[in-house]
Amino acid sequence: MNKWFKSGSPWIWMTAGAVSISLISVIGLLLLIAWRGLVYFWPSNIYEFSLELNKTPVTVIGEVYDREEVPTSRLQGVGTDISGFQGNIIERFLIKTGNREYVDLDFRWILATDIKSKTAHADLVKIERNKNGNFYGYIEGVIENGKTIKDKSKYEALESVIDRAVELSDEMMDIQNGEIGSINYKLEELRLEERSYELKGKLTAEIIAELNAERKTLQADYLVLEKQLMALRADSQRDTVLVKDMRGEVVSIPVYQVLDAQFPNDMNVFEKAIQFIVQIGKFISEDPREANTEGGVFPAIFGTVFMVLLMAIIVTPFGVIAAIYLHEYAAKNAITKIVRISVINLAGVPSIVYGVFGLGFFVYMLGGNIDALFYPEAQPSPTFGTPGVIWSALTLAILTLPVVIVSTEEGLSRIPTALRQGSLALGATKAETLWRIVIPMASPAIMTGLILAVARAAGEVAPLMLVGVVKMAPTLPLDGNFPFVHLDRKFMHLGFHIYDVGFQSPNVEAARPLVYATAFLLVSVIVTLNLTAIGIRNHLREKYKSLEH
Amino acid sequence: MSQQLTQTSNKDQFRKVKDKVAKYGVTAGGLLVLAALLMIFFYLLYVVKPIFDDVDVEHHQSIALNEPLNTLSIGVDEHLETAYRFTKDSKLEFYDLHTNLGAKIFEHAFDFQSEVTSFAQSAPHLNLYAYGFENGQVQVVKPSFRITFPNDVRKITPTYRMPLGDAPLELSEEGDAITQLAFSISEETTGFIFTNDSGELFYKQLLAEENFMTDEIEWVGETVAIEQIKGNIQQLHISPDLSRAFAIQGTLLSVIDIRDIDEIEILYQINVTDFNTQITASALLSGANSILIANNEGTISQWFEINGKNGREFVKARSFKSEEASVNAIYPELYRKTFFTTGAKGQFGVHYTTSEATLFTDSLTEGSITHLAVAPRANAVFLQADNKLQLFHVENEHPEVTWSALWQEVWYEGYPEPDYIWQSTSASDDFESKFSLVPIAFGTIKAAFYAMLFSVPIALAAAIYTAYFMPSPVRKVVKPTIEIMEALPTVILGFLAGLWLAPIIEDNLPGIVIMLMVLPVSIILVAFAIHNLPKAISNKIPEGLDSIILIPVVLFVGWACFAVSAPIETLFFNGDMRLYITDELGIDFDQRNSFVVGIAMGFAVIPTIFSITEDAVFSVPKHLSQGSLALGASQWQTLVRVVLLTASPGIFSAIMMGLGRAVGETMIVLMATGNTPIMDWSIFQGMRTLSANIAVEMPESEVGSTHYRILFLAAFVLFVFTFIFNTAAEFVRQRLREKYSSL
Repeated sequence: MNKWFKSGSPWIWMTAGAVSISLISVIGLLLLIAWRGLVYFWPSNIYEFSLELNKTPVTVIGEVYDREEVPTSRLQGVGTDISGFQGNIIERFLIKTGNREYVDLDFRWILATDIKSKTAHADLVKIERNKNGNFYGYIEGVIENGKTIKDKSKYEALESVIDRAVELSDEMMDIQNGEIGSINYKLEELRLEERSYELKGKLTAEIIAELNAERKTLQADYLVLEKQLMALRADSQRDTVLVKDMRGEVVSIPVYQVLDAQFPNDMNVFEKAIQFIVQIGKFISEDPREANTEGGVFPAIFGTVFMVLLMAIIVTPFGVIAAIYLHEYAAKNAITKIVRISVINLAGVPSIVYGVFGLGFFVYMLGGNIDALFYPEAQPSPTFGTPGVIWSALTLAILTLPVVIVSTEEGLSRIPTALRQGSLALGATKAETLWRIVIPMASPAIMTGLILAVARAAGEVAPLMLVGVVKMAPTLPLDGNFPFVHLDRKFMHLGFHIYDVGFQSPNVEAARPLVYATAFLLVSVIVTLNLTAIGIRNHLREKYKSLEH
Repeated sequence: MSQQLTQTSNKDQFRKVKDKVAKYGVTAGGLLVLAALLMIFFYLLYVVKPIFDDVDVEHHQSIALNEPLNTLSIGVDEHLETAYRFTKDSKLEFYDLHTNLGAKIFEHAFDFQSEVTSFAQSAPHLNLYAYGFENGQVQVVKPSFRITFPNDVRKITPTYRMPLGDAPLELSEEGDAITQLAFSISEETTGFIFTNDSGELFYKQLLAEENFMTDEIEWVGETVAIEQIKGNIQQLHISPDLSRAFAIQGTLLSVIDIRDIDEIEILYQINVTDFNTQITASALLSGANSILIANNEGTISQWFEINGKNGREFVKARSFKSEEASVNAIYPELYRKTFFTTGAKGQFGVHYTTSEATLFTDSLTEGSITHLAVAPRANAVFLQADNKLQLFHVENEHPEVTWSALWQEVWYEGYPEPDYIWQSTSASDDFESKFSLVPIAFGTIKAAFYAMLFSVPIALAAAIYTAYFMPSPVRKVVKPTIEIMEALPTVILGFLAGLWLAPIIEDNLPGIVIMLMVLPVSIILVAFAIHNLPKAISNKIPEGLDSIILIPVVLFVGWACFAVSAPIETLFFNGDMRLYITDELGIDFDQRNSFVVGIAMGFAVIPTIFSITEDAVFSVPKHLSQGSLALGASQWQTLVRVVLLTASPGIFSAIMMGLGRAVGETMIVLMATGNTPIMDWSIFQGMRTLSANIAVEMPESEVGSTHYRILFLAAFVLFVFTFIFNTAAEFVRQRLREKYSSL
């Protein structure tokens, strides 16, 4: 034994252990996120639990959300009655009971010992609503226009009224956000135009009359739309559905609040799989609801992609030019070496520092001056002098500039000198050699740098919190109103969404699965980008290896 | 042919131009980008610099006075456009400072029925003045400025108001003359503390009551004699919230609790200066938590009430030595803790209590400054000296910040002892900002320390094994797998740490502790077992796959530790280890603590350290290790004595890089700690780091304020530190690369 210790072999095993721990944690982490994120979309069964609490029978209906084992002494410590139970450890379940407006808490813990029976009735329904979260219960009847539908089965009737309500609400959304939004935007433009004439001292009666005439037509349009909207709204309130909840009471839910109704206990695996995909689709394409704790993450995806693309457009030319300068034109001396080291080191500067710089320099200094010069009519409310998507893109461009420079330079240095010399020997100028030979050959390296930059930018949150990200952006930075691209707007971001929903939302328990799902989305995007970059780089290395011989 | 030649040469010309343009274009562009990166450094510095700027006092305007000795008090409006003067012959005069310099634009002579025997000014932000009369009455006056905007131009019309009604109020019930007076108005209560001509001290409290018939406000109240304090009272002060009154007799300061008119109590009586000195001036600092006392030796001391070890105490917190031989008067600023002192020969001093700094001293005028008023925005002082009223602009934007206020213990008002505190904002105007960077710098170091404690052993060991023992095909898979962690957004690590890991650790604390101890032991046990296997079996185990073999072992041990966690908790810790730690061991336990941060941030740092160390170890020339093995050294000896020694600069650089990352990491600490700026090494408590502090407070700090600039300073500190770490690391790495290439 002693000899074995002296040989150092145990220490080698310890280092091997470290590798195992690292591997387990990396893979475990990714699996955890994937599992928790995906399980959110899988329709889980709804159970009816018959409990006995203090000798009175209680019914609880809901999905099993979490389970854990607790020592009995801890339960006794908080005053839970567990008399009649002998062991040391009790299992308990966290049940999502929904029905938020009728019960105190939409999540409750129940002890395994209290459960008398647990059944998954096929006709238990999960109703997704646009307000107050899910509702669980049994369908009692569907009332269409004041009359109970009798000629169809309850399920078919429910489906038909929900389809109609969803269609109407889509129509209403279109009017509200599309046409009315555009009228409001135009009205605001008119106000700014008037103010700008006023500031220049050119506001004549003629112009006022013109502006007022335009305003009048817009307002007339608005009244028409409003009437349409009112009619649709009245129409959508026609139907209600009666549901018996876990208290045994029949509750009527207006159908316009209902987004979807499902009978997960009645589904087979295949149906569940379809539902799973449908839910993922909804998550990606829908807007968030109820302070971001329900619904989809479409604006966050859109905001992230838009900002990152903007950043890529800014960072690529600058990064590539700087790299070409450093590698091809700068004198090969100590100063260049120092500059190169500094650039590499900037990649290691904490991202929050870039955020502070962006806020001070871009937002307040640059943005403030742009406002004073070009948008005096909008004062005192700032246009560019406030955090926005353009400033976020610029800040992240500076943040990722070192990544692009380093990667491009590496690509440039891998191109064999013989190729350059060959080109020069054939009479090409340096610029032509660069443009025709070097840059095309280095383009995969530039691509790699860009992908790495995009992957880093997509995951950064800290600087964005200072320069433009918000928890809920009312409008996207891209819409149908001229000039279509609104670089001054604030935007939503997947990473910030995770932070905000996970840590700032009022109902963290309800929002947690959504956070896992968002995290999974973000991780898969970033890991894919990184793997692509690594793939391109390896491919490139192989390619030039063969050229060198 | 010749035509063709010229064409070609034209074309060549054009190509040459293009080449030149490209050269200069790229050079200019490249330099521009590099300059932009450099600008980050200078911009941060540019924003930070003003907090260390000196105070600047500059003469602006003078108005000659006909009867300079007639002045009772002076003041100036917040736009520095109008000045006013109360005179001994009961007049209030307004002077124009803006368009028509020195012109007397308004004058009002008060028609008092009785002789004026005393005059008092309230706390400067209330801007109230009171005349005390021989018949025991008092009249409160407020100079005011009506601001109108005719033709969009601001116009200030001076006037005056009588906030307590036009008729004088009766203070002394016996009708004695009022000789000393201090007063304040707080919402619907007014308090007067005064002495009569026989030296007796009284407190009068008036309450506003609405008359039912006329809807007019009437002031009714009662007077109480404070009999404990007798004799020659030189100065009286009253706090604006009417909770404390201060009386100075000789060197004795009496602090009186006047909160309840029926239970007036002397709280403290202290000699606030040496017996052989005299108190020359005193004043309440803004917020009225402290009193400043100056003596004839030029020492100014700050006193306040604290909740000390022996109950409530009134203590001297700090003292200033003024340039002046003797301080004539002390003038506090309206909202900040700045105060101004004047001396007999025109000396003028600017001091700030919290930072314990004398910011400015100079003789502004030839003669003594007899009266002084601080402008409401603290951007000027208005004073009377040399028979003139003079306006001086004062540039004193950031008096709160000095090197010592940022990095040393400071005794804040009301705190039992000097301490390091970060508390940047509060709801009240006269809040004493506590800008000590020590707690958050400490938090940064603590977070980085625990992260390194967790990550360095694992990352180094894993890197050594991967580089030195692992067969190449396995290494090709393992290395990128661990490195992919680096790309994982930290917001996800932070979220998992805060919402998933923290509750798990809290619930399974015994299991986690056991795991830390059992895991290494079990690895060695498994190794020993494999070592002692019969040769026939052990030969079949492929070499270099130890880490794969260990994966199930680690998983099993981890699972087992969690499984025994609850029973152990029941057996030894009464079922709740967290409660046990708090109650029995007396250690505070936060759910989001340093342990969680250490693990989460450790994960963020592991790939950085792993990757660089692995490269360093792997690129140690093979002939070195082979030579060592050939000479009979064991694998382990070769590793420790040859390979690691050669790679040690690379390992150092890896740790530096990791440290740089841990110091600047924001989202993980933001989400996985409670963000409380406390100073405590306890592993079960949280911290606030520089970066998280910036993320939390930056969005709500006012642009250009001291708070904003200090946050920039925090960013600057982070920038410089990480830059130095990284440069050192990069430098070492480049040296190493050169060394290897020569080997």
